[in-house]
Amino acid sequence: MDTRMQNQAAVVVLWLAGLSILGLLAVFLGYVLYRGLPVLSLDFVLGKSSDILAGGGVGAQLFNSFYMLALSLGLSIPVALGAGLYLAEYAKETKLTKCIRLSVESLATVPSIVLGLFGMILFVNVLGLGFSILGGALTLVLLNLPLLVRVTEEAIRTVPKSYREASLALGATKLQTITRVILPKALSGILTGITLTAGRALGETAILIFTAGTTVSRHRFDFDVMAGGETLAVHLWYLMSTGLVPDRERIADGIGALLVLAILVCNILLMVPVKIWGKQRGRQ
Amino acid sequence: MEQAAASQMAAKKNDKGHRRRLFYDTCGRWFFGAAACVMSIVIFAIIFLVGKQGLQTFAEVSPLEFFFSGQWDPLSGKYGALFFILGSFLSTALAILIGAPLGLMGAIFLAKVAPTWLQHVMRPAIDLYTAIPSVVYGYVGLVVLVPWLRETFGQATGFGLLAASLILAVMILPTILSISTDALQAVDPSLEEASLALGATWWQTVQHVVLPAAAPGILTAVVLAMARAIGETMAVQMLIGNTPQLAVSLFSPTATLTSNIVVEMGNTPFGSVWGNALFLMAFVLLLLSLAMILLVRRFGQRRFA
Repeated sequence: MDTRMQNQAAVVVLWLAGLSILGLLAVFLGYVLYRGLPVLSLDFVLGKSSDILAGGGVGAQLFNSFYMLALSLGLSIPVALGAGLYLAEYAKETKLTKCIRLSVESLATVPSIVLGLFGMILFVNVLGLGFSILGGALTLVLLNLPLLVRVTEEAIRTVPKSYREASLALGATKLQTITRVILPKALSGILTGITLTAGRALGETAILIFTAGTTVSRHRFDFDVMAGGETLAVHLWYLMSTGLVPDRERIADGIGALLVLAILVCNILLMVPVKIWGKQRGRQ
Repeated sequence: MEQAAASQMAAKKNDKGHRRRLFYDTCGRWFFGAAACVMSIVIFAIIFLVGKQGLQTFAEVSPLEFFFSGQWDPLSGKYGALFFILGSFLSTALAILIGAPLGLMGAIFLAKVAPTWLQHVMRPAIDLYTAIPSVVYGYVGLVVLVPWLRETFGQATGFGLLAASLILAVMILPTILSISTDALQAVDPSLEEASLALGATWWQTVQHVVLPAAAPGILTAVVLAMARAIGETMAVQMLIGNTPQLAVSLFSPTATLTSNIVVEMGNTPFGSVWGNALFLMAFVLLLLSLAMILLVRRFGQRRFA
């Protein structure tokens, strides 16, 4: 085979690889939705789950998923914003900064089961929270932090230097520059990052099994942070590994579709307005 | 007189306001610095607490037994984790063997071949791959892949090393794709142009110029994919069969460090030798992932989180 033929063959193979990666994703998502969408009904989405009988719903788990997500984001966003701002705006290349950067990278690669066990030692046993929504949310913070810090830092770094200089030259303090000039400009990037992080935290399982537990509160929508905090993803795993309900595959299908829908919404719907908004701000 | 007094008052007020703002500025700086330090505190706390809990195992079990014996039978006091460690390494290696070539080809496609509109489709698609929860990967593996393997290869169950590795290979695709694509796109175009001007075909250029130039980035991608694969828990646990034995074939059910932690942690009292042995397994995972991060830093490539 001469080199020109090789060249053409390579292009064809690369196209095939690229398209098969896209195709695989489409088939994957399509299959989960195809199996799960027929299961979704108001009864299923809001209903109570059952341990033994068929026909249970996932209302409490759905509520727990979003409640825990909101708690963990509420706790992690201020810290992550602060850390991201520090790394992008204040940090000089000292030993401490290097140590912090290495910590962020390491934290991002720590397997989630290890984070889960850490949460189990610290929050569940040492602080005595037990398997609870609060324990789960606090552990989830550890997962969110490195992702959020990275996107914040990157978003802030994209703000042109001239903006800072102009603001400082007008006599603003650094904090004023950050809150009135840099953060508004970097907001769309930060929001995109938060959305992606939320999507990941929503589907996280390994971290939550031993911190939030596999039980839910008796009340349907319980804001008590000490209640059992089983989420959708944990429920899916629990059903498939130890569940006793006869219709566990049906419930699992439904949860799969719910999770995929939530992630699609996170990734598509929320990113569209952010992009439009970003463009409009750019034009001003 | 009155005017001067008023302006002096105003200046004082201004001064006060200015000092207040400066005070806020200092507060802000301290808060941001403290928030950054939290990151370091957290990682050291993880290493310390998980390590402390795990290393207590060695009070009762010798390190030799833990690392070099395959006998795992906590009820009769045998804590040999060798097969779990091997299971983790084998499934990771197999996943990389399957996933890395496909991911790399996809990255070359995305960086050099794909038309712009397709790039705009593929970038979000990669994000979606990352966003799909690992239980959903595991579940699809359970209802599609396992029965398919069982039918196609005439196996008893279909659970085992191959099923877990195939799903892992899909799960590491986004890591390899996104980081390699960035590395490939960062290669100086003048290198490519020089090679093409010398008469090399496009593929020769990619093979001999672009890929070597992007090699550190691609290596980074592979190592981070390994870190993701070895730490992956839910999908692996659902597919690998959860039997503490050595994987002798692609279809033999086995177990990994992560899957065994999930399966057994619920049954063990906190602080027992059994529980501590599981924490030690988590500590081994933690050290492995930290080692990979240090390895990545040796490549001197872009940061990653």
